[in-house]
Amino acid sequence: MKQFQYTRPSTQQMALDAISKPGAKIIAGGTNLVDLMKRGVTAPDKLVDINHLPLKNITPTHTGLHIGSLALNSVVSENELVLQKFPLLSMALKAGASPQLRNMATVGGNMMQRTRCTYFYDTTMPCNKREPGTGCGAMEGFNRMHAIFGTSNQCIAVNPSDMCVGLAALDAVVIIAGRKGERRIPFTEFHRLPEDHPEIDNHLAKDELIIGVEIPDNNFAKNSYYLKVRDRQSYAFALVSVAAALDIDNGVIKKARLAMGGVAHKPWRLFDAEKWLIGKPISEENFKQAAQMAMAGAKGYEYNSFKLNLAPATINEALKHAAGLV
Amino acid sequence: MKDSAINKEGLSRIDGRLKVTGAARYSAEYTPAGMVYGVLVGSTITKGSIRSIDTKAAEKAPGVLAVISHFNCPKIPGYQIASTEAGKPEPKGTYKLFYNNKILFNGQPIAVVVADTFERALFAATLVKAQYTSQAYQTSLKNNTASAFAAGENGESKRGTVAAWKTAPVKLEQEYVIPSEVHNPMELHSIIAHWDAEDKLTVWDKTQGVKDTQDGIANIFKIPKENIQVNSKFVGGAFGSALQVWPHEVAAIIAARVVKRPVKLMLGRADMFTSVGYRPHTWQKIGIGATEDGKLVGISHEAIGQTSTYEDFNEEPVSVSRSTYACPNVNTNYKLTALDIGSPTWMRGPGEATGAFALESALDELSYALNIDPIELRLKNYAETDPESGKPFSSKYLNEAYKMGADHIGWTDRSPKPASVTKDGWLIGYGMGGGMFGAYRDQATCRAVMIADGTLLLQTAVSDIGPGTGTAMVSIAAEIMDIPAGKIRFEMGDSSLPYAPSQGGSSITATVGSAVNDACKELKEKFSQLAGNTETPDYTKILKDHNLSKLEVTTASKGGDNMNKYAMYSWSVHFVKVCVHPTTGVVKVDKVVCVADSGHIVSPKTARSQIVGGAIGGIGMALMEEVIIDHRYGKLVNNNFADYHIPVNADIPQIEALFINKPDPYINPMGAKGMGEIALIGMAGAVANAVYNATGKRIRQLPITPDKLIGINQSAMVNGS
Repeated sequence: MKQFQYTRPSTQQMALDAISKPGAKIIAGGTNLVDLMKRGVTAPDKLVDINHLPLKNITPTHTGLHIGSLALNSVVSENELVLQKFPLLSMALKAGASPQLRNMATVGGNMMQRTRCTYFYDTTMPCNKREPGTGCGAMEGFNRMHAIFGTSNQCIAVNPSDMCVGLAALDAVVIIAGRKGERRIPFTEFHRLPEDHPEIDNHLAKDELIIGVEIPDNNFAKNSYYLKVRDRQSYAFALVSVAAALDIDNGVIKKARLAMGGVAHKPWRLFDAEKWLIGKPISEENFKQAAQMAMAGAKGYEYNSFKLNLAPATINEALKHAAGLV
Repeated sequence: MKDSAINKEGLSRIDGRLKVTGAARYSAEYTPAGMVYGVLVGSTITKGSIRSIDTKAAEKAPGVLAVISHFNCPKIPGYQIASTEAGKPEPKGTYKLFYNNKILFNGQPIAVVVADTFERALFAATLVKAQYTSQAYQTSLKNNTASAFAAGENGESKRGTVAAWKTAPVKLEQEYVIPSEVHNPMELHSIIAHWDAEDKLTVWDKTQGVKDTQDGIANIFKIPKENIQVNSKFVGGAFGSALQVWPHEVAAIIAARVVKRPVKLMLGRADMFTSVGYRPHTWQKIGIGATEDGKLVGISHEAIGQTSTYEDFNEEPVSVSRSTYACPNVNTNYKLTALDIGSPTWMRGPGEATGAFALESALDELSYALNIDPIELRLKNYAETDPESGKPFSSKYLNEAYKMGADHIGWTDRSPKPASVTKDGWLIGYGMGGGMFGAYRDQATCRAVMIADGTLLLQTAVSDIGPGTGTAMVSIAAEIMDIPAGKIRFEMGDSSLPYAPSQGGSSITATVGSAVNDACKELKEKFSQLAGNTETPDYTKILKDHNLSKLEVTTASKGGDNMNKYAMYSWSVHFVKVCVHPTTGVVKVDKVVCVADSGHIVSPKTARSQIVGGAIGGIGMALMEEVIIDHRYGKLVNNNFADYHIPVNADIPQIEALFINKPDPYINPMGAKGMGEIALIGMAGAVANAVYNATGKRIRQLPITPDKLIGINQSAMVNGS
């Protein structure tokens, strides 16, 4: 491993100064970054350890719940307010990684984790995300785990997070600090599609720090479900996952939220399907139709075209669970 | 006086406390004075030759003591002798490290970097840059079956009429494929090598056999084997991956010679996929036919397995079709395809596990075609004598095992109609599959020493890779000597101790157990003679009366004529209940019952554990394990535990391990037969059969992942397309 400097700024301002320097990278739980460093995928000159900054709070606000970016995945998943207001987030978190990893991983770090595409991790292989211009190893390679939505001719990698799928469905807002102050962006606009710059995963600038996410209050708690289909029951990335949240009044859907994981370079919100479900009675027929609608524009590759069948099946199942039909 | 710990359930693992407290020291956990660290550099091409290796940057890196490659490697005498016959092609055999500039597979070690710390060695290894001349390579079995050649002399066999199955009123022919699977024991392979003198070597090595490792090193380095001390006190799993001297072991020994200091070399997890063998990717085709009432008419079993270009690895997956069921006409054909990938090796249930997946699947398919219960079909074709040799079995109670397993899984709940039972939105299915493996007894020697304080010391050079060999041996000795298990010390994993074979082929309890049995009986007899025919000698009193500090015997033990008179096998049958989600294709194993017919159970607790471990291995084989190679690069793309899946706790239900527990009268004094392999053999078929019963979908290409059950049958890259 390349030698690097390590620093622990004592204030947020000092952290922001430190990360603006070339070659500096933030480390929090380190569950992904350390692997990337070991594999030679990234080689920072300086690690800025932010673990002791006061960003661990989970506190109610006037309009929802604020979760600090350093709150641990395990803590968030067991938090009483989260369980009561947004059980979907807890389910998504618990579907991710393993208990050991969740004990280390933070909310901000989870958002910043890189794809698990095998060609990205193997430095002898081509990868536009790791080394722009070298090509995409996955496009005509082993792409069973890869994207079916929003791909570009540069990259077909997926975002591996479960938590992010839950937060995308819950209309969360990301709070970002920069040296000039704070800004807020919708969670669904935090991550980006690969387009011509697959090396850029999200819209966080190099000198910015995620300080938390805020989830607005909603009426989904009773009818939400996170369904993750994977090759084994724990410690496996999603083939397809679905976060489904419904606001149901008398058997009729007032509001719906749907997001998918394992299918795109970002958590994939199903806006059209959500809109279509409004005013519809809960029924498997309607759910299947919504699921079909969600598949518009999907494109399979050699080894992942099963996802074209699996994704709608998973949407339907998740909606059935959310609606209490299972 | 009996030890209260040895009751019906048996002795608890004698080294359990050491293992769970971390006090057990594995081969990497020694620190001889002056020890330094070796890290291998792997080839980044798949086939060709090395033009040059730039080691300057690595040599200048902090703490680096040496960079060794074929350019500067001291001559390895064992390699030279094997290849001096001028004019003849190099004989096939184990891959030779740093021997020449040829690259035979991706990841092949091309250099070892030695530095004063592990981290420095690891970093310097990234600075070694080789220039290669690449050649075209072949890594796909499917694309290269045309070049397959007969696997040894037994490549082809026939009993009765060839292809007789085709004449049967009910028949089917299907292809079955297993991908490569990697042993991946928890403990990484590791060695510490230290030259005590010019021709004297000590190693702390992960090995399944200290004596075989001693022989292996002696052959490679041409030094007397008495001059080589091999220590392997604890082994954290191996499953066949530690049955030979691998290149990384040779690298450490050479490095220690060059830097004149002890060198530790531990493989990383990624190296574990390319450096210590794997179960070979194998294609099989079975033709099977029966009469309307279910009597087998004939079986044809073909297989093509993967091997390397430098070694013919032959594990005979087709043999199961010759010996499992009574069938008059059986023809088998086994071929190998040489690929530009490192050699496969023995992996738990070698050959049989692969063959049984095909055979037990085919039997299940036949049972549906005949509309006969799968157990009934097996009983109709029950072999009362060995179908292959005609010899009587030394013992066989498999029919009882079928019944016991069926009762415990609730076989009567199984619907003979596939995809007809659902519960809570999940399809429910039951399946079964059987396994068999030769029951062997090799020779071994045990020294038994009764010390004045009443401690019995047992010494033999066996390794314990995890099944609980020490516990079984202490159980045997406690029973014979009639002393508490706590008074017995079992010493092993040391090449200076009396001979024992490598732990492999499910033979150690039968072999070393016999030596312990014989030594203890001889020692007890010696005491009786001293005391004048006491039935249960008071050992400490007799020693004291005769003014002796100890009394010892060294006893060699081996099987007699019965080994030839009888066909000796262990049998298992696995019953599985699965739940399959009809639209997402997720398979959950809901219940497992395994029954072993392996003679007398010497150590019930560790035997149970062995069955459970084998069953989990079988579930992994059925549902998850698969080496994936990107044939464009000839390289593995899932060489880590995140991408190469083995079961986690959440995947495993309660597993019931049951034993027939009837002694075999002929194999050895305990009546015990091996169990390690049969714990896994047949399990993958049982799972696949249960999935069929649940869904009506027959998956003939492992692993059974959700994508294969939801309609579009995606074959993974390794299986070619």
